[in-house]
Amino acid sequence: MNRFLWPLGIFIVLVGFLAVGLTLNPREVPSPLVGKPAPDFSVPQLHDESAKFSPREMAGKVWLLNVWASWCVSCREEHPILNEFAKTGVAPLVGLNYKDKREDGIRWLARFGDPYLLSAFDLDGRVGINYGVYGVPETYVIDKAGVIRFKQIGPVTPAVLQNKIIPLVQELNK
Amino acid sequence: MKKFLSLVASACVLLLANPVLAKEAVPLAEDPAVEARLVKISTELRCLVCQNESLAGSQAELAQDLRREVRDLIKQGNSDQQVKDFLVSRYGDFVLYRPQLKPSTWLLWGGPFVLLIVGLAVLVNYLRRRSRLIGDGEAPLSEAEKQRAEVLLKGDQV
Repeated sequence: MNRFLWPLGIFIVLVGFLAVGLTLNPREVPSPLVGKPAPDFSVPQLHDESAKFSPREMAGKVWLLNVWASWCVSCREEHPILNEFAKTGVAPLVGLNYKDKREDGIRWLARFGDPYLLSAFDLDGRVGINYGVYGVPETYVIDKAGVIRFKQIGPVTPAVLQNKIIPLVQELNK
Repeated sequence: MKKFLSLVASACVLLLANPVLAKEAVPLAEDPAVEARLVKISTELRCLVCQNESLAGSQAELAQDLRREVRDLIKQGNSDQQVKDFLVSRYGDFVLYRPQLKPSTWLLWGGPFVLLIVGLAVLVNYLRRRSRLIGDGEAPLSEAEKQRAEVLLKGDQV
């Protein structure tokens, strides 16, 4: 009897592992940057070519960095949520316009609303690579010391905002 | 006249075919050594957009950007390992097709060998038990069984 139960037991364990595997999202790559200082950069701003933006300017504040582009379809999906978030004033939101054309980016914000304090303009995607961006949109929560505390891959949903980002920002602001 | 024309035509063909006039193929990369290292490094790295393709083989825009980044890092004098470390620091171990050997990957690397040893132990154990069963005790067949077997075998021959 035991002889036949063994393979059955192994089979059930295997099915268990596979079932858990099916619920995981292979697109979600955990970022090694969470808990590390946000990489520094200095790039022109989207609306003002002559003005630069560097994360150092945000030192002492808890802030959000949102990577977006006018060609990105899911960004359009998350944009109303960011617009609402900006109105609450919970934390400053900085945009990183990723691999976009300047006119397209400006037009896109004019059309769908601009929740950003400002948008940095990452024409060749180098800042994106430094932040481990591989799919737009991505959103980072950065604390007062400039350490990345949270990364959202893909659009920010109301649930993520209410359950993760806002409580985290409030805690970091304490 | 006709003859002359065809002569001119063939001269023209010969002239055009002259290898000296052909331009040498322009190398695709400025520096073949850098390019060779780029290919070597990027075949070991995963493209994050199309996860089953290597960075070397992918035409995704991110892969092109990452190749440019790797090329720059090589030109700045970084070693292959330093380039890989940079990408791991940004994208995690997931970019490596060949996972690093460290505590969290011990099971991954050692697992197959553990399974092999377990399998061998089970096999040896089973064989030993079987040979003991066959070896000791009396003859496998009793007298009556032997006779019956012989009858059956003879009956088969008829």
